Amino acid sequence: MSTIELLTNKEYKYGFVTDIESDVIPKGLSEETVRLISAKKGEPEWMLEFRLKAYRQWLKMSEPKHWPNINYPEVDYQDIIYYSAPKQKATKASLDEVDPELLRTFEKLGIPLNEQKQLANVAVDAVFDSVSVATTYKEKLKSHGVVFCSFTEAIRDYPELVRKYLGSVVPVGDNYFAALNSAVFSDGSFVFVPKGVRCPMELSTYFRINNQESGQFERTLIVAEEGAHVSYLEGCTAPKFDKNQLHAAVVELVALDDAEIKYSTVQNWYAGDEEGKGGIYNFVTKRGACRGRNSKISWTQVETGSAITWKYPSCILQGDNSIGEFYSVALTNHAQQADTGTKMIHIGKNTRSTIISKGISAGKSNNSYRGLVKVLPGAEGARNYTQCDSMLIGGRSGANTFPYIEVMNNTARVEHEATTSRISEEQLFYLQQRGISQEDAVSLIINGFCKDVFRELPMEFAVEAQRLLGLKLENSVG
Amino acid sequence: MSQAVKEKSIYADAFREFAAARAGEPAWVERLREGAFERFEELGFPTTDEEDWKYTNVAPIARKAFMPAAPDQVEVVGVETFVSAEARRSRLVFVNGVYSPEHSAREAIPSKVLVEELGAALTGEHGEVLWNHLGRLSGEGDDAFDALNTAFLGSGALIRVPAGVVVEAPVQLLFLTAPGETESATFPRVLVVAERDSRLDLIETYAAVDDSEYFTDAVVEVFVGEGAGVTHYKVQDEAGGAYHVASTRAEVSKDAVYDLTTVTLGARLSRHDIEVVLTSPGASCHVDGLYLVGDGQHTDTHSLIDHREPNGASRQNYKGILDGKSRAVFNGRVYVHAGAHGTDAQQSNKNLLLSTDARVDTKPQLEIYNDDVKCAHGATVGQLEEEELFYLLSRGLHRDLARNLLTYGFAEEIVKKIKFDSIRAQLDEAILNRLHARLEA
Repeated sequence: MSTIELLTNKEYKYGFVTDIESDVIPKGLSEETVRLISAKKGEPEWMLEFRLKAYRQWLKMSEPKHWPNINYPEVDYQDIIYYSAPKQKATKASLDEVDPELLRTFEKLGIPLNEQKQLANVAVDAVFDSVSVATTYKEKLKSHGVVFCSFTEAIRDYPELVRKYLGSVVPVGDNYFAALNSAVFSDGSFVFVPKGVRCPMELSTYFRINNQESGQFERTLIVAEEGAHVSYLEGCTAPKFDKNQLHAAVVELVALDDAEIKYSTVQNWYAGDEEGKGGIYNFVTKRGACRGRNSKISWTQVETGSAITWKYPSCILQGDNSIGEFYSVALTNHAQQADTGTKMIHIGKNTRSTIISKGISAGKSNNSYRGLVKVLPGAEGARNYTQCDSMLIGGRSGANTFPYIEVMNNTARVEHEATTSRISEEQLFYLQQRGISQEDAVSLIINGFCKDVFRELPMEFAVEAQRLLGLKLENSVG
Repeated sequence: MSQAVKEKSIYADAFREFAAARAGEPAWVERLREGAFERFEELGFPTTDEEDWKYTNVAPIARKAFMPAAPDQVEVVGVETFVSAEARRSRLVFVNGVYSPEHSAREAIPSKVLVEELGAALTGEHGEVLWNHLGRLSGEGDDAFDALNTAFLGSGALIRVPAGVVVEAPVQLLFLTAPGETESATFPRVLVVAERDSRLDLIETYAAVDDSEYFTDAVVEVFVGEGAGVTHYKVQDEAGGAYHVASTRAEVSKDAVYDLTTVTLGARLSRHDIEVVLTSPGASCHVDGLYLVGDGQHTDTHSLIDHREPNGASRQNYKGILDGKSRAVFNGRVYVHAGAHGTDAQQSNKNLLLSTDARVDTKPQLEIYNDDVKCAHGATVGQLEEEELFYLLSRGLHRDLARNLLTYGFAEEIVKKIKFDSIRAQLDEAILNRLHARLEA
């Protein structure tokens, strides 16, 4: 009797492949591969040590398959290319030296790297397969003392900072995918905002996978010193291939006293076709440490892509009065699977966390929220508020909520609420009788359902995210 | 040497001995036990590596190697104080796992209704009911404690209410532990079959005459037939040194109602697994409970409400009060199958921490595979509201009294739904005693 039925998905418009010559290493993973990647990047000895330590730990670990609510065939880690870089001049004095084919690719993705054409006030680091190809507004940022560059450059130019913070939030042996990333990561972004500086523009990284055989293992490290403030965004897309590709990233955030980091993600990796063929396995470890007093880390994510998403952006609330936030919209359609949520670890006094999660499942997809709120004995006066709402569209999808609440301090106050519902016939009817088309009505209802999260996104991205949800669910009513 | 290997040796002899002693019983029962024991040996006691046992460590039970209690009658005085007043003439009493005819009474049970001690039922004329139901809800799973109970199955009760019969008086099953040999294990087993349109109130009580260390491994299976209604109270007030692991598994048919209320007061370590399967359209259940734990106590409740067919309804309301160095675990799961449209499921778990050393781990879960449902859950952990305390203080109440009043009020929601005065009184007393102990401390 339901008139809401999923028909087709809008064609994935980022599914094209860029024809570009690449520097590729052979498939497979061994200690040699790790050494080769390190050598290709001309890394110092300590970086190689870090990688090897991670690799050796990884060998001893096993894939976390028993607890996430996801299913996928064995990943053959020897059938992946761990390094693929577009061939171009080693050092780029300016954007003029970046391969025009790459510039065209990013322009086609809506990320013009030419500073004149850019969205005003957003600096971009563009990562293509394994390497960063360009970073815009570097000089302007530098004049404010803000470092924004590719990870390779950071290891070369700011070794003390990288050494100090790399692996300090996500240790090399943290989990299976983090260990793998620590061994083979090829590039990513590095942000350092010094004491007292408010970053004058939004920073962003755009990740693009192009090579069919490669995985992407990027690393992001953001450090905000005392009183610093930064807002960072990431976006990502990949071509349509029938083969599943692995994306295992690690993101580390460090906020010192009174610092604030806002991290937003619009994830639109290729999700596979309607039958679940192809698509990205998005197995990502993201964690922020609120080390200082009154520090704040806020995660906002709009997850619409990937065949499988396994991702729990977390906050370690160590400093007294620190704040952690997690705002998430996860949309799954067709055969997509998502097991995503957050962890809020309350250690310091009067730490506060807010979790707002909105899951939308359509098609025959499966969407799970999994979150941990842990209050340690020393976290006097800790507060948490969690709200997880799920919406099901069509009768073949699944929506699950798995909150873990562990409280070891009686002055803490932890609240969790969750609901599951669907778009009601009444709501649709009301909008339609006002002359709004059925599709617009669905879009309106979904956007209303997600507005608590969207309003946390920076303006341009909020518009983008709303558009994206609309596209993903287009023709979802019949 | 792994734990599992060690357990094999601890129960193997006891099992052979037990099996030999029950020789005259039907072959299928024997096979049921054999199968269960094999499964237990395979599974071993669960470890905290398993997601379902993440927060509860049962290693002490394995280490203590509690042996089955001797099948002897034990003299015990003061049984009456543990009997619910409403069930004075409709009760079965077990002492250290052994049925005690002298303390049992059945005058108030209608003659058509079968309330029989399980050992007698196994060899008696009711083989068919047992054969059709026993172990059907608990048999094949991977729960080691269910398997161990089934391996040592022999003591407990069979209750069968024929179609259309309404049992007025509540039937009480009292499992009492009295001083005897120490460090023993009992395996109470209860099977309830409420046929079409029948009504039954069941009171399942665990208590001890004095404080000692022992292990209770209980399994209760309840079949609620079409249009039938079963109200089930489980009162767990074991001795402070006891280990209590139990499962309650119910199957609810079309338009039937199963209403379970659990009261957890005793035991050093307690674990209760509840599984309610709504197998037909329109089935509904209430699963509510109150746990009240103090210093040195650990209690764990795992529930699964399985909505398999359309238009089912479930309500779960669990509340916990924790004091001293205690710990409570709640893991509530609501599963809605793809075909179960029109499901209405609600679940709530609220915890009140009175002391700085108390700890709560709660995990309410929803797993939903149908879009036409109304499901919600909530969980809270906190202490008494400062505003509420302030209000009472401003009215001249002493701070301690104000705290007690609010704590009592927190529990009231569960207490007031209990329809038998005797259980309500027992609960009131337990709550007030705990609170008074606090005042004196």
